[in-house]
Amino acid sequence: MNLSDIASPTFQHLYLVITGTLIGGGVGFLLAIWVRQRPRWAATLIGLAEVIQTLPGIALLAFLLLAFGLGDTPVIVALALYAVLPVLGNTYEGLQGVDPVYLAIGKGLGMTPGQIFRQIELPLAFPVILAGLRVALVTSIGVATIGVFVGGDGLGVLIYRGLQTIDIQKMLSGAIPAALLAIALEVGLSLWERRLTRATTSKW
Amino acid sequence: MSELGDFWSKYGDQILQALGQHLYLVGLSVVLGIIVAIPLGIILTRIPRWATTIIAVVSIAQTVPSLVLFVLLIPILGIGTQPALTVLVLYSLLPILRNTYIGLRSVDPTLIDASRGQGMTSWEILTIVELPLSAPIIVAGIRLSAIYLVSWATIAALIGAGGLGELIFSGIDSYDTTLLLAGAIPTALLALIVGFVFGILRRLVTPRGLGADKAQILLKPDLRAEVIVR
Repeated sequence: MNLSDIASPTFQHLYLVITGTLIGGGVGFLLAIWVRQRPRWAATLIGLAEVIQTLPGIALLAFLLLAFGLGDTPVIVALALYAVLPVLGNTYEGLQGVDPVYLAIGKGLGMTPGQIFRQIELPLAFPVILAGLRVALVTSIGVATIGVFVGGDGLGVLIYRGLQTIDIQKMLSGAIPAALLAIALEVGLSLWERRLTRATTSKW
Repeated sequence: MSELGDFWSKYGDQILQALGQHLYLVGLSVVLGIIVAIPLGIILTRIPRWATTIIAVVSIAQTVPSLVLFVLLIPILGIGTQPALTVLVLYSLLPILRNTYIGLRSVDPTLIDASRGQGMTSWEILTIVELPLSAPIIVAGIRLSAIYLVSWATIAALIGAGGLGELIFSGIDSYDTTLLLAGAIPTALLALIVGFVFGILRRLVTPRGLGADKAQILLKPDLRAEVIVR
């Protein structure tokens, strides 16, 4: 077992996680902006995303396997579906949490609604949005490990082969990098968030 | 409709048996999780100097994927129902502990001062003021734990704990779509029902005058992000 045996599944794992999360997170972000103008829809939409979030990973993957067949596709779709709620919920909450005083100041300065959104609301809500993205990324590291059961690539392949042949070294060669990836993402993004939160709240 | 009848006569017993095992794994882990995590969460609020570090460590531990944790502990615990239960209990602790701590911290300190001013003891303040006010957040933690456990318990089938996961995995292994669905549909329904029931429970324990939304708005922004999505 050498390093390249682990490196290539690790990169595949990251590829799945990043692709899925970006697609789902992008949808969640756009939905949050859309639903802001329609507060009556917010509860319904977030409730629907919550239902998806509640579905156990292996069950969702099993349904998607029937729809998309074996391979990376059902894994990426599952990761995207799971990424919608954290980003949608946190973008919505983050934008709602912006103090209206700042919006009034922006308006008074003659800023257009687009400028207010990009230069005031988005930067102030960004730490909360980032928290949502962090949750989505960390969750998807875990879901991607069970993607192997529907034919997905990534570190789950090593774990699965290890389990089948009762080869503990092989299992760990998949499990340890997966655990480290999840922890590194959680810690790195949390630290970044904390710095940003301080930057956006401590000025007053 | 007869197709459904055929399906049930073929897989009904298997589904019920797997469901029973699944409920046993989930139920026992949630109950043990509650018994351990709520008192621990209360203790944490009394040692603020350590609490932040412990909560941070707990949050990091929670990010380790379920399949990974099961596998990492095989060399230590082996396989079977017992090791699976150990992992599930460990996992169930985290959301309950976090939410108990965050919930108690979110109680307005002026209310605690007022209670103390009225001559209430620490125990009375905890049981009459702090716990009822943080109950919605604590129940949210238990709900999250229970939903996660339904999902993690499916993975436990891989280390020989049985449950609905076994049907899914054998369905996948043998390319048997019906068997796959016989596991996946009850699993999904179970998770949704658990989420729904605890959602109702959460509303029931919310003190009047403190709507569920209001309870969240009272939280500090950094805590809010954690509670809402997790």
